[in-house]
Amino acid sequence: MPVMRLKKTVLYIVLITISLFFLMPVYVMLVTSLKPLGNISLETMWHLPPSIDFSSYAEAFSKLAPNFMNSVYLVVPATILSALLGAMNGYVLSKWKFKGADFIFTLLLFGMFIPYQSILIPLIQFLRDIELYNTIPGLILVHVVYGLPITTLMFRNFYANIPDELLEAAKIDGAGFLQIFRYIILPLSVSGFVVVGIWQFTNIWNEFLFAVTITQSDKQPIMVALQNLSGSQIVAWNVQMAGALIAAMPTLLVYIFLGKYFVRGLLAGSVKG
Amino acid sequence: MEPASETNLSSEVTISKKKKKVLTKDHWLAIGFLMPSIILILIFVYGFIGWTGYVSLSNWNTVVPDFSFAGLKNYIFLFQDFRFQADLRNNLFFTILFISVVLILGLVLAILLDQKMVRGESLFRNIFFFPMALSFVVTGVVWQWLLNPSTGVNLLLKHVGLEPKWYTDTSIIAGFELGKIEFGLPVAIISVVIAAVWQMTGFALAMYLAGLRNIDDEIREAARIDGCSEFQLYWKVIIPQLKPITMSIVIMMAHISLKIFDLIYAMTGPGANFVTDMPGVYMFETTFRGNYYANGAAIAIIMLLMVAIFILPYLWNSRREGR
Repeated sequence: MPVMRLKKTVLYIVLITISLFFLMPVYVMLVTSLKPLGNISLETMWHLPPSIDFSSYAEAFSKLAPNFMNSVYLVVPATILSALLGAMNGYVLSKWKFKGADFIFTLLLFGMFIPYQSILIPLIQFLRDIELYNTIPGLILVHVVYGLPITTLMFRNFYANIPDELLEAAKIDGAGFLQIFRYIILPLSVSGFVVVGIWQFTNIWNEFLFAVTITQSDKQPIMVALQNLSGSQIVAWNVQMAGALIAAMPTLLVYIFLGKYFVRGLLAGSVKG
Repeated sequence: MEPASETNLSSEVTISKKKKKVLTKDHWLAIGFLMPSIILILIFVYGFIGWTGYVSLSNWNTVVPDFSFAGLKNYIFLFQDFRFQADLRNNLFFTILFISVVLILGLVLAILLDQKMVRGESLFRNIFFFPMALSFVVTGVVWQWLLNPSTGVNLLLKHVGLEPKWYTDTSIIAGFELGKIEFGLPVAIISVVIAAVWQMTGFALAMYLAGLRNIDDEIREAARIDGCSEFQLYWKVIIPQLKPITMSIVIMMAHISLKIFDLIYAMTGPGANFVTDMPGVYMFETTFRGNYYANGAAIAIIMLLMVAIFILPYLWNSRREGR
């Protein structure tokens, strides 16, 4: 079938062309960051490096390492806490509905869409008052609170798929609210926690607005440090590219190894999946 | 405020189907479980929005807080301000272009990848998905170099005689005077749209792929038997079926683009003549770099209203329809 063949060829040409567009930044990042520091002529930007050289990485890493660790200290507790709270809320809002539960859910959900600029001024005042301004715990608090809507939404949709008969049976056996959560819901939640955990990890790691307004210099997470690095005129641009790759590495690795769950989170987080 | 509807955002059958029972001890426990979150959201979302609204009506435009009442002074200032007018124009064109391209590219890629004859489908899918795992800051830093007129893609394009000025271009397409600004499509915005599309197309693609896979093969078969061409099949049958998904994508992308900040801040900044400036960037700079807190609060409230216009009807409908 020559027509089929032609169609197939066109299909591949289109897909490969668009793929090249998507891969272009990665190519530039890799090629540039692997060039030796002396070899930074812009004219040869697209050329492969004459030899593989990691000195850009060494320099970028020495500049970004403290901020990288700040991000780790921020992301781990914030992800765990917001996932736990989301699981509790999702459990109540899907399995223990009361009058007004849906209204409360909508009230929570709106918090997911607001531009954070609209709460930033009071938030910073508040953090100053409770002496958490310019601290990692302050940022953790912020991410846990503003993560509530999305984690609640994800767990609520997730628990909707657990059959109610299971809960009914447990109730007949005399299990109460907490026992059901502890012995039935939580053991069934592993993949839910993976999806929500990955989602929160990625979002919090990548977040910039809170990070740049709530923390200063030595408390800043990685993305702020990367932005400062790229804004500086004196940093060679292969160091900037190496820095960008270092900053992106954790979420990229998560995507590479757990991409399936990442995409599931994306679908679950879009209100109507 | 509380219609006693039994509907909810996702499809499910719930225990509460046994109506009007006295709340048991367990139900009170459940509400207690939920309480901390409700209180946090009431304070951190609704309380703080109210506070920002209050600041936006005050005279607090210096380092020292001043909560004396200023009426709509800050809003009037903004709507007469060259920079804010430019921001509204930029944000409008950015939103329209960004959403349209993401929708079209996402749908086209989804349809192509959904053809049974594509081999390496998961490889392609991953290539289109991975930018979503990146930060807008990383995207901004990289695309800043790629679309810099003297480096990046222009080094390749000049071989074919093209040298666009990308985000440094200050011209406005089809511009005419409106207020203090020239209204029209700022050419520089296209660069930012390219970077944003690169990052977010995967979202639309993932949603559409999931949607396409939910469409019954029987519908396709029936349409084919009725003599539908492949194009008609998609245009008349499949795409209308995907409408709820399209709506979801528009909502998610609209709220991203209306509050966009980090991508612009990392990639171009406000730009010459504010051609790539956005309300989010202006808010940040005027509040935290210039100490114009009341002006910043007013920008934030305007941004919130713009997002609310999109989101509230959507949330309201999702709640009423159930699904």
